[in-house]
This record gives sequence, structure tokens and C-alpha cells, in this order.
Amino acid sequence: MSVTMTPAAAERVKTFLTNRGKGLGLRLGIKTTGCSGLAYVLEFVDELNEDDEMFTLDDVNIIIDGKSLVYLDGIELDFVKEGLNEGFKFTNPNAKGECGCGESFNV
Amino acid sequence: MALLQIAEPGQSTVPHEHKLAAGIDLGTTNSLVASVQSGMPKTLLDDAGRDILPSVVHYQESGTLVGDDAKALAVSEPENTIVSAKRLIGRSLADIKAKYPTLPYQFIGDENHPDINTRQGAVNPVQVSAEILKSLNARAEQALGGDLTGVVITVPAYFDDAQRQSTKDAAAIAGLNVLRLLNEPTAAAVAYGLDSMSETGEEGAKEGIVAVYDLGGGTFDISILRLNKGVFEVLATGGDSALGGDDFDLALVEHLVEQAGLARPLSNSLERQLVEQACVAKEALTNNDSVTVNLTLDDNSQWQTELSRATFDGLIKGLVSKTLRACRRALKDADIDAEQVLEVVMVGGSTRVPLVRAEVEKYFNKTPLTSIDPDKVVAIGAAIQADILAGNKPDNDMLLLDVTPLSLGLETMGGLVEKVIPRNTTIPVAKAQEFTTFKDGQTAMAIHVLQGERELVDDCRSLARFELRGIPAMTAGAAHIRVTFKVDADGLLAVTAMEKSTGVEASIEVKPSFGLQEDDIANMIKASMSNAKEDIVARMLKEQQVEAARVLESVQAALAADGNLLNDQERQQVDETLKNLLATSQSDDTDAIEAAIEVVNQATATFAERRMDASIKVALSGQSVDQI
Repeated sequence: MSVTMTPAAAERVKTFLTNRGKGLGLRLGIKTTGCSGLAYVLEFVDELNEDDEMFTLDDVNIIIDGKSLVYLDGIELDFVKEGLNEGFKFTNPNAKGECGCGESFNV
Repeated sequence: MALLQIAEPGQSTVPHEHKLAAGIDLGTTNSLVASVQSGMPKTLLDDAGRDILPSVVHYQESGTLVGDDAKALAVSEPENTIVSAKRLIGRSLADIKAKYPTLPYQFIGDENHPDINTRQGAVNPVQVSAEILKSLNARAEQALGGDLTGVVITVPAYFDDAQRQSTKDAAAIAGLNVLRLLNEPTAAAVAYGLDSMSETGEEGAKEGIVAVYDLGGGTFDISILRLNKGVFEVLATGGDSALGGDDFDLALVEHLVEQAGLARPLSNSLERQLVEQACVAKEALTNNDSVTVNLTLDDNSQWQTELSRATFDGLIKGLVSKTLRACRRALKDADIDAEQVLEVVMVGGSTRVPLVRAEVEKYFNKTPLTSIDPDKVVAIGAAIQADILAGNKPDNDMLLLDVTPLSLGLETMGGLVEKVIPRNTTIPVAKAQEFTTFKDGQTAMAIHVLQGERELVDDCRSLARFELRGIPAMTAGAAHIRVTFKVDADGLLAVTAMEKSTGVEASIEVKPSFGLQEDDIANMIKASMSNAKEDIVARMLKEQQVEAARVLESVQAALAADGNLLNDQERQQVDETLKNLLATSQSDDTDAIEAAIEVVNQATATFAERRMDASIKVALSGQSVDQI
């Protein structure tokens, strides 16, 4: 199992978590929806669910549920700036196709 | 590729359905847009990295410029460059002319909806504001990577219905979905999270008094808010629409002119240089104890002086005291002591001046909140509220509510105002009240909607009039007419009247045709208190006059129907008392009218008995006792 974060992403996640003032960490996940079948989930976590796995990555607690783990193996989370827009971006080696907007994918 | 933001637990949206929301501070001089991303509110920047958009629109031969580009043309083409449109929005021409007599614009169009004549033809202040909103919307959509679900736009607490509606109209023209209009001081309080504060510091109690001190470039506003169960109520507003940081600059300019031994008139370039240098010096003195001011005089010689913060403080001391006097008045209006104020929020660039902070701290005996950039704090608060309203927060997060600034009601017989929704009612709200007809066979009713605290129609503000027609003919007082007042979340009013037996109804959405003067709301509230006694006296008089008219009406109707039941002498006596009542009811002697009504009642007692006997006889005729 390998999930990685770029330094930019790690720094932003820390800032956002500190600013929020509460929460266990950051949830990465997938859900079945979107135009290509699966969509990424990026959420703050206040409590753990039963099948959640938590681990630390660059001083940040990352939480992933068991079902999502399969799909997320090998992904890298990045924080990028594109013009005026800035936000997080996943690079997923498992994804075979992405929809035009990159918000959903299939494996 | 669309970029992702971190959502609250369980609030992730499905792709392509992001609920993007923004808060807009639509200011008189400058505007800003902010949004919450990954739980953090921040102002959004344009291509050049600026977050402040000057609220200036320039109309060209073809095309329209907004912001800094437009501002650059304000001096060379004043008639085609609209600045401070917010001061004109929702106001009648008479209002504007009285308030701002020296505007360079050519006003055309009708009295209640004045337009400005520009190179592109007639534009009205709503359209000008819409241009500013369009520009901010485009910036937000670029920065957030998608269409906005909705926006929260801030307006001054003293804005009346007309000005609020006009602001909403501007948003509609700009293609924006307005989730809520929010009072500026409330937005500032929200930015500091005061909506979840409590006196004891424990979460959830949510009450206390907040003062919002807003000193901008050209205006000063003080608002006293009370937070009660998560609802901000505006207790009082005050200020000075012609006092701000620009006046600090001018005071400094005068000082420099004197120090340099310059004599007016000065060249335009030197005047401009003085104003610029004064502004630079003022800002530098925020973090330094003294600054050096350099001027190039008209003869190209250089002049230099050292300016200490103490000197600057001395120059602006009088202006700062003026703001504190306005604070004192607002507190008095709100019936609050300075010690009762729990938090003081600083808004506006001029609150960076150390003397301002120090004096405010001294006056309220409390360290004012200054950690959020005072130029951005209103937009930040609006963004937080927009994020909640767009549904990006879990349900248990409280929804901020607002209140009606003035009572809403309608006119009843005799020019009296019946209040349907009292002031400071939390909105949205709907309230209904039943009314009835005054005359036999009355088939229509005029509904006159009013806003204000006074008892008499003439002392309140008329908002709208409409008629309910098609009421079935009935005796006076038999019809049930249900009038419903509905105020939506933005403080906009809709009134519906329905006759209950037939279901006929009529309604109106209140879009008043002109605005109240800035201080009118405060004055109206004050007037209602200082005139309370006269109002009650006036009300009692009107009530007796209405009662007299009702008695006259019904006796005359009865005489017309059953006049034959009286002999000539009795008839003459009744007529005499009626004549007397008619005459007395024109006077302003409440007791005399009441007495005259009583006289009529006594004089007609016998008549009433005979009428009753007669109608019983009719009912009983031809029936045996057994049948009854």
C-alpha cells in the first residue's frame, strides 16, 4: 500500500487542518458516481468509521476506508495552482480513463 | 482538470455538482469577493493579484470598463465614469439631489427611477452595480473553477427595502443567485465567529452586545448589534456619511501646506502630490513613529520635513472624537452602556490608524478585534455565510438569521396603522391578521401597506397600495378578510389579502419606488419613542371618530329601512342627536365625541327595541305557539 503526498499538498493540508481547529485528519476515498463511474472524496475527519484505516504521512493523519484502499494504491496527492484556481489533484496509476474534468475515473 | 477542495465530513459532492458559493462586499468605494475553500475563507484575487475592485464603472463608445481601469478615467471623463453608485441605488431623484448636489452626472428619466445619461445612453444605478457584480462573478468563477451556486451580498444595516430590492435586482441582472443579503456589521461579526460566542465563553449560549466600528475612506458607520440565540438584531446604527480616512489625509495636507509655507492656490500637480504624500505618510505612521515627507515644489525645488506620529495624532484627534460622539449616540439609542458591549469589531482601512484603535479601546474599555484585515472582514463574513447557505456545512451548523428593521403594517379606518409584523421580528416570517368591511354591501377593500413605528399613517412610510375586489355584498363587519404579510430571508415583503368565504384574493410584492434617507430608519424609530404620548392621544381620537362614523352609518341605514316605526317628534329627536354627533366628530375632543355617541345610543334605544319587536313579529306571524 503506498499513498504519497507532494510537499505542497502536505503543507496545505496541515494549514487547513490547523485553521479548522478540530478533526482527526484527512480522508481520502472514492465513491461510485460521476460520469466515469468513480469519484474522489477529500474530506476532514471528525470520527472514524469501522473499516477505516489511519496512518501518518508527512505528519498528517490520513484516513482511508477499506473499500477505497484498493483503488487508491499508488496515488499521489498534489496541490496545484492553475491560473486563478488552486486546489488538490490526484495522480492515480490505477485509473484507466478519466472524464474530461478529471473529477471521476474508472479502473 | 477541476481541482478538489477538502470538504466537511460527509459533505463531499458528486462530480460536476460542487456547491460553489461566494460572499460579496459590494462597497461604495471598493468591492471584494471571498469564498471558503477547504474550510478556510479568503478573498479572491484577479489576474493581477489584486483583491480590491474599485466600485467604478466607465462607459465607453463600445464596451464597459470596471475597477481600476475605470477609476483611471474618472478625472478625465467624469460624466461617463460612475463612482459610488451605491449611494444612488434605490433612491429618488429628489433624494439624490438633496444629498449629493455636486455630482457630475446628467440625470434623466422619471423622478422615482432616475437614470444617468452616459455615452452609451441611459444607465441606472442598478445596472452600474450589476456591472461590478458581473466582474466579481467572473473572477470568482475563474478562481473557483465553476459556476457559482449562489452568493451572499452585504448591504449597510440602514438600507431600506427599496435599496435592498435594488441590490437584488442588480444581482439578477448580473446573473447571480442571491442566497441572502446580509447586513455589513453582521458579516463582520460573523467573520470573527461572534455568532457562536457567549458571555461565559461556553459554546452554545450565543448572546451579547457587539459594536461594529466601520471607518472607511469616506464614511463612518457604527452599529450596535445584539446576538440572541444565534440571531443578530440591529439595535442602533449611526455614523457620518462624510467622515473617513480621506479627511485624515486632508488634515495632513493642510498641515504640510502650512509647514512648507505654501500659499493657495497651488498648481494641480502639487495638490495631487500633497494628497498622495499625505496618504503614504499616514499609512507609514501605522508602523513607524515618524516618517520623512518629500515634496517637489512648483519651482522644482525640494522640500522635506520629518513628521512624527504624535503630530499626526494631534491633527486627527478632533475627527476621531467625532466618531466617538457618534458611538455614544448609537449606544444611547440602543439604550446600552459602553460597559455592556462584549466585543468591538473594527472594519474599514482607516481603523489601522493607531490613534483610532487606541481611542476606541479607551472608549469601550475593551481591546477591539483587529486580527482580520479590516478591508476584507465584511467579505470574509459573507463568504462564511454563503458557504453555510449553499449547504457545504453539516446541518447542525447554525443558520444566521436577520430581523426586520421597522414594523410593517397596514392602514385601517381613520388613518391608523395596524402593525402586522413588529420591528425586530426574525425573518423569514409570515403573519396573518383578519380584517372586515366597514360599510354594508362593501365589495372592495383598499390595502395600504406601511412601514414605521408610529400610530398614524401620515407618520409612517407608504410602501404599496392595492385593492381586493370581488368581496360578496354583506352587512358591515360580516366579511372575513385575511391579510398575510410575508417577509423573505432578504427582508423583502409580499402581502396577500383573501376573502375567506369566496377565496378571492389579491396580492402585491413590495417594490417601493424610492428610498428612505440614510438616517430615516433611525429617525423613525426615535420619533416613535419621543412621540409615543401624542401618538396614543391621536390614536384614541381617531378611534372615536371612526366609531362615530360607524354609529352614524348604521343608524341612518336603520332609519332608511324602518323609519316608519318612529313618530315625527321621536324622529326629529333622533335626527337632532345625529346632527350633533356629526358636528362633534369633526372636532378633536375625544371625550365630547364619546359623549355624543352615548347620546345617540340612548336616543335610539326605543327605536332599536321597536325594530326588534317588529322583526320578531314578522318571524312569528302565521306560526302557532307550538311550532316555536
